[in-house]
Amino acid sequence: MLELDDKIAAMAPDLSPDEALAVDSQLDDRSLAPVNRPTGRHRARKIWLAVWPKVAAVAIALGLWQLVVMSGWRPEYVLPAPATVFDRLGELIADGTVFDALRITGERALYGYGAALIIGIVLGSLVASSKIVRSAVGAMITGLQTMPSIAWFPLAILLFQLSEQAITFVVVLGAAPSIANGLITGVDHTPPLLVRVGTMMGANRWQRLRHVMLPAAMPSFVGGLKQGWAFAWRSLMAGELIVILGPSVGFLLQQYRNLADAAGLIAMMIVILVVGILVDALVFGTLDRIVRRRHGLTEER
Amino acid sequence: MSAGVAKGGDAVRAAVTLRSVTKTFGSGSDAVTALRDVQLDIAAGEFVCLIGASGCGKSTILNLVAGLDSPTGGEVVVDGRAAMMFQESALFPWLTITKNVELPMRLAGVSRAERKERAAELIRTVHLDGFGDKRPHQLSGGMRQRAALARAFAQEADILLMDEPFGALDAMTRDVLHEELDALVSDRRLTVLFVTHNVREAARLGDRIVIMSPRPGRVTAEIAVDIERPRRIDQPAVSALAAEVTDRLREEVLVHARA
Repeated sequence: MLELDDKIAAMAPDLSPDEALAVDSQLDDRSLAPVNRPTGRHRARKIWLAVWPKVAAVAIALGLWQLVVMSGWRPEYVLPAPATVFDRLGELIADGTVFDALRITGERALYGYGAALIIGIVLGSLVASSKIVRSAVGAMITGLQTMPSIAWFPLAILLFQLSEQAITFVVVLGAAPSIANGLITGVDHTPPLLVRVGTMMGANRWQRLRHVMLPAAMPSFVGGLKQGWAFAWRSLMAGELIVILGPSVGFLLQQYRNLADAAGLIAMMIVILVVGILVDALVFGTLDRIVRRRHGLTEER
Repeated sequence: MSAGVAKGGDAVRAAVTLRSVTKTFGSGSDAVTALRDVQLDIAAGEFVCLIGASGCGKSTILNLVAGLDSPTGGEVVVDGRAAMMFQESALFPWLTITKNVELPMRLAGVSRAERKERAAELIRTVHLDGFGDKRPHQLSGGMRQRAALARAFAQEADILLMDEPFGALDAMTRDVLHEELDALVSDRRLTVLFVTHNVREAARLGDRIVIMSPRPGRVTAEIAVDIERPRRIDQPAVSALAAEVTDRLREEVLVHARA
């Protein structure tokens, strides 16, 4: 131990504190490290690198679909070719059907998810901050997460008839547990050292929650929001297929099946898939990136 | 002239007093005695280094003085406000350096304008000017510890509890921080309880070195450091004292190895 310290002292014996400080802050300041500012060409290349695998995957999927159609496994009026489906999708977009349906469905998603958000946050905060509430309902929340949302519909219909409320009820039950769990996990995994620091600073119980635990829980909470969205969107589609109300996305699926309009049916399925992906990537992906960057969990800056 | 000696003439006020402190964790046959009958007096303005093998209860003492834990037996009297620093800076990663320094004041209800002004001043004090808007992960280990020091000052603490605060830093950065800590502590007349494994660090910084022994944790020796300040870590007197402390610690280890 002493030999080591001698060696270290010998390495920099004549550095005055000021000099050493200057060296310290310059050598160690990571913010001064060179950052490659992307040029226009650089950026285009970066986008291309991110996009081409996705394009290739879609192309392969469409190719396989086309092959199955050409094999004659099912007649074309049951399983139409990709080109037919995309033509039909174009029609549905052009005549406004898709947007009308998305408006109704989107409104339901917003209501349901909004309610799930409030309930999830309240429930999560209660469980995270109270041992009694945790032992009472903590395990139940995880249990609810595993419950298939479609299993709630018979009860929802008994309670609310075939109504908007029945749909909202099931969407909330689908999404709220994930949101609550994200919050609970985040609070539980707050580094104990940070909690101690908060206590040392004189933070009371509420201040500890507000200034230490909730901010520390953010990355996990955003994960819960993302998962909650996936559950909400699935529950909503199930709801719209069972509680058939208004020309919503789910309603159209049923209608096209009844009319034997296979191309319309598959076109609407594509709409559902794309909306799910877009909301996930644009809303929750962005949120996730912001939070991770703030917490210093990413390399890029 | 060391702070302890400087105050020798006056009636020295005790900042921290541990009287027959015992701390036991667990109960029954699983009980572990972390501290047994520990006596420790720290005068206001004194810099005490606590050194000893791991498991000798150094951190337990810090927690007791910090009020994060209470003793099983005996008494801990603290006169003043204590702030704690750790081996990791324990800054809040989601806040900028400025906001981190402001947080204790915010919790204490200090107005926004005053917070801002005092945080800027403290950041200058620890030589982090220009880094206030960075987040902790963007700074080096040494700079993060400086920010943690500024945050401790923002708590209006007159007692600094330091748990191996420079243990994870390279020797050169540590040397610089020793100088700065020295200056800040004497400027602000702070009382410091400094836990370390590094005997040279103890001899470099302390007015007094308290040696502890494990299982159960107790104070086995106290050495006054009568070396003029400013000191340097590579100064012969510091090395000689460090060697003496090392010998004592080695004896302890051998005694325990035989036991």
